[in-house]
Amino acid sequence: MPGRVARLLLGALFGAFMLFLYGPTLTITILSFQGPDGGLTFPMNGVSLHWFGRLFQPQAVGDLGAAMTRTLLLAAMVTATTVVVSLAAGMAFRRRFAGSTVLFYLTVASLIVPSLLVSLGIGLMFNLMEWEPAWYSSAFGAQLTWTLPFGLLIMFAVFNRFDRSWEEAARDMGATPWQSFWHVVLPIIAPSVVGIALFGFTLSFDEFARTLLTAGSGNTLPLEILGMTTTVTTPVLYALGTVSTAVSFLVIGGALIGMRLMRKRRGI
Amino acid sequence: MRADVELISVTKRYGAAIAVDGISLAIPPASYCCLLGPSGCGKTSTLRMIAGHESISAGDILLAGRNVTDLAPVERGTAMMFQSYALFPHLTALENIAFGLRMRGVGKPERLAKAGEYLRLVQLEKMADRLPAQLSGGQQQRVALARALITRPKVLLLDEPLSALDPFLRGQMREELKRLQRELGITFIHVTHGQEEAMALSDIAVVMDHGRIAQAAPPREIFERPASAFVARFIGGHNVIRLDSGRYAIRTDRSWLAPGEGTPGLPGRVTAVEYQGPVVRVVLALADGQSAEAVLPDAHYHAAPVAPGDAASLGWEAQDAHPLPEDA
Repeated sequence: MPGRVARLLLGALFGAFMLFLYGPTLTITILSFQGPDGGLTFPMNGVSLHWFGRLFQPQAVGDLGAAMTRTLLLAAMVTATTVVVSLAAGMAFRRRFAGSTVLFYLTVASLIVPSLLVSLGIGLMFNLMEWEPAWYSSAFGAQLTWTLPFGLLIMFAVFNRFDRSWEEAARDMGATPWQSFWHVVLPIIAPSVVGIALFGFTLSFDEFARTLLTAGSGNTLPLEILGMTTTVTTPVLYALGTVSTAVSFLVIGGALIGMRLMRKRRGI
Repeated sequence: MRADVELISVTKRYGAAIAVDGISLAIPPASYCCLLGPSGCGKTSTLRMIAGHESISAGDILLAGRNVTDLAPVERGTAMMFQSYALFPHLTALENIAFGLRMRGVGKPERLAKAGEYLRLVQLEKMADRLPAQLSGGQQQRVALARALITRPKVLLLDEPLSALDPFLRGQMREELKRLQRELGITFIHVTHGQEEAMALSDIAVVMDHGRIAQAAPPREIFERPASAFVARFIGGHNVIRLDSGRYAIRTDRSWLAPGEGTPGLPGRVTAVEYQGPVVRVVLALADGQSAEAVLPDAHYHAAPVAPGDAASLGWEAQDAHPLPEDA
C-alpha cells in the first residue's frame, strides 16, 4: 500500500488523466446543447436541441447525410472484409508454409509505415493507372491496410490459446474439416471474431489519415467534418460530434449486450 | 483367435528422431490393454497412430483383420478419449455426446435421445444441460467417455485418462473403466505412465522403452517374470541385484532382513526406514555399493526393528531370484 502522499499524487494524476481523456468530449457534448443564439464557446446562451435539428437540414457547406451514409457503408465493408480475411489468414498461419514469415512481416509493416504515406501511395497509384479514386475502392483498400494487420494479430493471439485437440476430437467423431470449422472452431472463437468486427468498425469509422488522399470526390464523415471546421462557425459541428459519439457508444454497447445474451444462453 | 488390433513393424519418425521403432503387437479381442512406460517412450505416438491422428512412417496397423494404415479416424472404427478430454466448451454435456451422431446427419430428436442413453451409461443423466465448465473433472471425463462410446467403436483409445484426477477419483474411475470395458465387450487401449494403473486394469500390459516394446504380457507375468532390468525397475517392487552368477530381479516383498553384522545374506547398512502402515520399507546400501530394499510386514519389522546406520543383511529364498538377461 503506497503512503498518504503517494496516494494523493497518484489520485491527482488519475484525475488529470480522466479530465484529459474525457474533458473535450464532455465539453463538446455540453456545447452541442447551446441555445439558438449561442456561439462556439462558453457561456451557454440557453439550452436547446436547435443544433441537432439543424444537423438534418441542408447545410450551407457540406452534406452530412451523404457523408454519414458513405462512412457507415464503408465501415460495414471494411468490417466484413477484415473479419473474413483475418479469420482465414489466422487459420492459414497456424501451420508454417513457404513464405509465411515474409508474408507476416509484410502485413505488419503496413502498421508501421506512416498512414499519410500509405494514403499518398495509393492515391498516386490510382492517378498513374488513371483510375478514379473513390471511397468504395481506393479508400476501402487504404483502410484495409490499417484494419487487416490488427485483425490478424488478434487472430494470432486467439489461435495461440486454441486447443488443437478440439479439432482432433471433432475429426475423431467423423467431422469433415469444414464441419469441424463450422461446428467447433467458429463457435469457440466467436467472441474474438465479434471483437475483430468491432475493432474494424471503429478503426474505419473515424479513420482519417489514410482516407484523406484516397476518398476521391465523396467525403467520408471525418473528412467532411474537417472541411466544415474551417468554414462552419456554428455549434452544429458540436451536435455532429455528440451524435457520432452516441453512435459509437450504441454500437459498442449493443455488441456487449449481444455477447452477454449469447453467454447467458450458453449459461456461463 | 484373430487379434482385434495388430501392429506390424510400426515406426514413427519425426525428422531424424525415431519415436516408435518398428514395434509389433497383437491385442486379443475384447481385452484391456495398457501401454505403459516413462515419458518419451513412444506410447502416446503409438496410440495416436492407431487412432489415425498421427501418420505412420512405416509398417501396418490392422483392426479386426483390416488394414487401416491409410484410413481416416472415422473409417477405422476407433474412438479416442483425449487427455484433456477436449470437450467442446460451447456445447452442453448432452450436445457434446450427440456430436458424433450430428456429424453423421442423425436427426436432432433421435441423436439427443441416443445421447441421453449414453449419459445414463456414465451415470450423469442429471447433468445433461450443463456446459463442460460447470462440470467437475470426473464428470467431464465421463462425458468424454460417453462421447467416444456413442460412435460404437470396436476399439476405444484412452490417452492418460486418469492423470488429471485426484487419487480418490482416479481409483473410482479405474473401476468404472474396467466395468465398462467388460460390459461393452470391446478392446480398450489405455496409455499411462503409472504402473499401478496398468496392473489394476490390464489383461495385457505393454511396457515400452525408447520406442520399443520391452515386454508385452499379462501384468502378473510381467511382475513375476520381468523380461529385463528396465521392466523390473519400471514396474517397481523389485531389487535388481548383480551377483557372481549374473543379474537377478528379486521382489522387495520377498526379500528379508537379518539385522546385525555377519548375519546370513548380502551384508549392508540401513540407509532409510519408511513406515507405510501394513508394511515397513527398509532401504539398504549393500557392502558392494549396490542399493536394495526390503518391504517387511509390520509385525516382522517390529519384532526386530532397525534404524538408519545399523548393519543388516538382505536375504531371499533361492526360487524368488528371477534371472535377468545381461544386456539391458
